[in-house]
Amino acid sequence: MAKQIDLLERQRRLAWFLIVPAVFVVFLVIGYPLIQVLLYSVLKYKLDGVTPASFVGLSNYLFILTDPDFWLAVQNTLIFSVCSVTLECVLGLAVALVANSKFKGRSILRVAILIPWAIPTVVSSKIWAWMFNDIYGVVNVLLINFHLISQKIAFLATPATALPVIIAVDVWKTTPFMALLLLAGLGLIPGDLYEAASIDGASKIRQFFSLTLPLVMPTLLVALIFRTLDALRVFDIFYVMVGGQGNMATMAIYNQQWLVSFLDAGIGSAASVIILVIIMVFVVLYTRFSKTSFE
Amino acid sequence: MKDPDSKSSPVLRALFYLLVLVILVFNLFPFLYAVVSSFRPSSELFSTDLIPKSLTFLHYSEIFRDARFVASLINSIIVAGCTVAIALAFGSLCAYALGRLPFRFKGFVLYLVLTMTMFPQISVLSGLFVMLKALNLFNTRQGLIMTYLIFSLPFTIWVMTQYFRSLPRELEEAAYVDGASPLAVFWQVLLPLTVPGLVSTGLLAFIAAWNEFLFALTFTVTDNMKTVPVVISQFSGATSYEQPWGSIMAASMVVTIPLVILVMIFQYRIVAGLTAGAVKG
Repeated sequence: MAKQIDLLERQRRLAWFLIVPAVFVVFLVIGYPLIQVLLYSVLKYKLDGVTPASFVGLSNYLFILTDPDFWLAVQNTLIFSVCSVTLECVLGLAVALVANSKFKGRSILRVAILIPWAIPTVVSSKIWAWMFNDIYGVVNVLLINFHLISQKIAFLATPATALPVIIAVDVWKTTPFMALLLLAGLGLIPGDLYEAASIDGASKIRQFFSLTLPLVMPTLLVALIFRTLDALRVFDIFYVMVGGQGNMATMAIYNQQWLVSFLDAGIGSAASVIILVIIMVFVVLYTRFSKTSFE
Repeated sequence: MKDPDSKSSPVLRALFYLLVLVILVFNLFPFLYAVVSSFRPSSELFSTDLIPKSLTFLHYSEIFRDARFVASLINSIIVAGCTVAIALAFGSLCAYALGRLPFRFKGFVLYLVLTMTMFPQISVLSGLFVMLKALNLFNTRQGLIMTYLIFSLPFTIWVMTQYFRSLPRELEEAAYVDGASPLAVFWQVLLPLTVPGLVSTGLLAFIAAWNEFLFALTFTVTDNMKTVPVVISQFSGATSYEQPWGSIMAASMVVTIPLVILVMIFQYRIVAGLTAGAVKG
């Protein structure tokens, strides 16, 4: 007995010894900078090394919340997030259902859907920018050849055509991830449920809506949360495809520009806090809605 | 939809395979188009044939003569490699404690780790910017490696914890009966068994670090410190209307094809790691 207590005590001590370094690193790279961001957000803080920082209260927040550019960035981000995440859920489920069926060539399909996911976002953005290039792009050439348009379109020049292209890139890149998660969820559904349903005479469509969909729902909700949080901080695709255009910024681009282009850590930090709050609102809404706890 | 080969009608089966074909084309076309573009001579840029009339390696020899691109390739390998090594070292030790050892606040620490895996990087951008400058790590590879731990370390801890939990209890009990210490149990009994988990987690962390853009763009300024995604995003010709698309596609393929090959080799491990990171949550 004494030996067991001794072992338990040694295990406890080792546990702390192992956890402390990792916790320290996490605090160094997340905790401390986050505290600093909260602090800078109430300062007038230029990174030019000349102007001394001074306390300005909430005026950075006021500036951002009354800045039309910020609201345009919020609008772009929300449109992008809602459209891309919805499409990814629907297409991801479709791909997962197909990949979950038994057919010849299933393993080829499973490898093929991993390829868009493995390509760096910057690279996918460049590939799609090239496909949608206004002069040489394959999309314009094909549309002209099939007489669907009479004049080549500069897709990435205006928000009305650029946003759908950007959403398409994200859908292309991330649907595989969604499909893989849902595929794992589908694998958890016991096969005899379908047999029982078939014996009871339920049609395939009926089986999908009363069996598959409810049972895969918890996985779908977790995937939905992950994807929404990712989409709300979108930076790479917009930066690479339409980086130069002020009316096509996202929240993250707006934030990064204030920090890097204008070297203003005060407004940059206040923007970070606002983005964090917006993202947390979504997390709270989702967890309330789904009751899917994270533990 | 469960088994179209055996039960369904030929029409349904044909439709099903058509759907498979559509998914394959949608997934692969952009990638294949980029591969073809990287081998197409600049004079044939207009052509949309999937098989080019003539092939050229000119774009590839061009980018490998470009000092900026070669330097960025080396930087990316160093940064992603070190990030993975550090994350795996710290992460697997921490995961052993979280998955195998008893201690108070375990639930709280796990919850914190999971929250951290979803933490938006943009929210600490200015804090890290000032911190890196103060530590003289701005515009260095070490600085990037440090900031990359933001996403790689919590992810590693989370996935490896799931992995440690899934190992059977009997293994370590036998070792404890023989009088082994908890650290020896980790080192000699459990760690060898987690090698597959370390491979998949490391691979996923490597891909994440290799692809990272926001920090690399913000925390490096000189050409000799930039990573591959930054350099590719900044490739430009004489004017913005004359982008060197052939070279951009060649560079894109150089940084993508190793990943695609890795993904093909380790596809089952990757899927296991990805789903452990989310589904079991």
